[in-house]
Amino acid sequence: MPDSLLTIADKSFSSRLIVGSGKYATNEIMVQALEASNAEMITVAVRRVNLSNRSQESLLDHIDTSKYFLLPNTAGCYSADDAIRAARLGREAGLSNWVKLEVIGDEKTLFPDNEALIQATRVLVKEGFVVLPYTNDDPISCRKLADAGAAAVMPLGAPIGSGLGIQNSNNIRIIKESSTVPVIVDAGVGTASDAAVAMELGVDGVLMNTGIAGADNPVEMAEAMKFAVKAGRLAYLAGRIQRKMYATASSPLDGVLGS
Amino acid sequence: MTIVLNGETFETAKQVTVGRLLHSLHIDPRRVAVEHNLVVVKKSAYDLTVINDGDEIEVVNFVGGG
Repeated sequence: MPDSLLTIADKSFSSRLIVGSGKYATNEIMVQALEASNAEMITVAVRRVNLSNRSQESLLDHIDTSKYFLLPNTAGCYSADDAIRAARLGREAGLSNWVKLEVIGDEKTLFPDNEALIQATRVLVKEGFVVLPYTNDDPISCRKLADAGAAAVMPLGAPIGSGLGIQNSNNIRIIKESSTVPVIVDAGVGTASDAAVAMELGVDGVLMNTGIAGADNPVEMAEAMKFAVKAGRLAYLAGRIQRKMYATASSPLDGVLGS
Repeated sequence: MTIVLNGETFETAKQVTVGRLLHSLHIDPRRVAVEHNLVVVKKSAYDLTVINDGDEIEVVNFVGGG
């Protein structure tokens, strides 16, 4: 069965893997990893230009924007107002009105401040943004975000950069089952099986950065993630067998030697 | 006159426009976004937007992020 496209708002993607561009040792490794991941959507951060050192290369010297769709984030923002400012600047710096909306509530966990997130979503949706909020793995928050006009919801699998894998797979399933918009698991993926598990839960896509950029070999891990997302998606569509407590023989019971 | 540029005090010529300021900083205007007193300045308005003494300017660009 051919898989359908991942459609968010007015855009469709053939890859269900969205990757970040942060934390790479060099721009060259990043470019190779993006290529190996087969992702079509890449997240970027909005930051002050370094005025004291103008020799630094721009990220956009390395990312081919005719090939990749850029998704600016509001990472590092701790209030709705700051996130809204970052989103507006990202729209002006970039080529689209899409934003990965983050409003962080706590430095240690980087968990979202969902109250501020919903508030910022409402404001940005009114301004014509396509808002993809990074949220808790809480079905009620996800419902409120969708009601506020979010184009997708992006519940965390585990804390950002933790590599712990999907911590509450039941919640992710409930979110997906009840969501009126696409569900993207964002953050927490540590290795390929984590991405496959997320996709097997039925979500529409997975977003990751550290899981690839932090691997010993980011380019190989990017390729592993490409296969994992595809494998998990296919397994979900194929429909897994029921879990049972005891064995069921795979070989015929008739004609066994000595019977 | 003195403005606040990316959070730091900065001396610049009087009545400078956003376009002139970026030029003097050797910044390619296509690669950045500019905020003037908390309001985003459209690229088409860079040469029309005059900065006054004490104004706050933010110049941002894209960096790697997740």
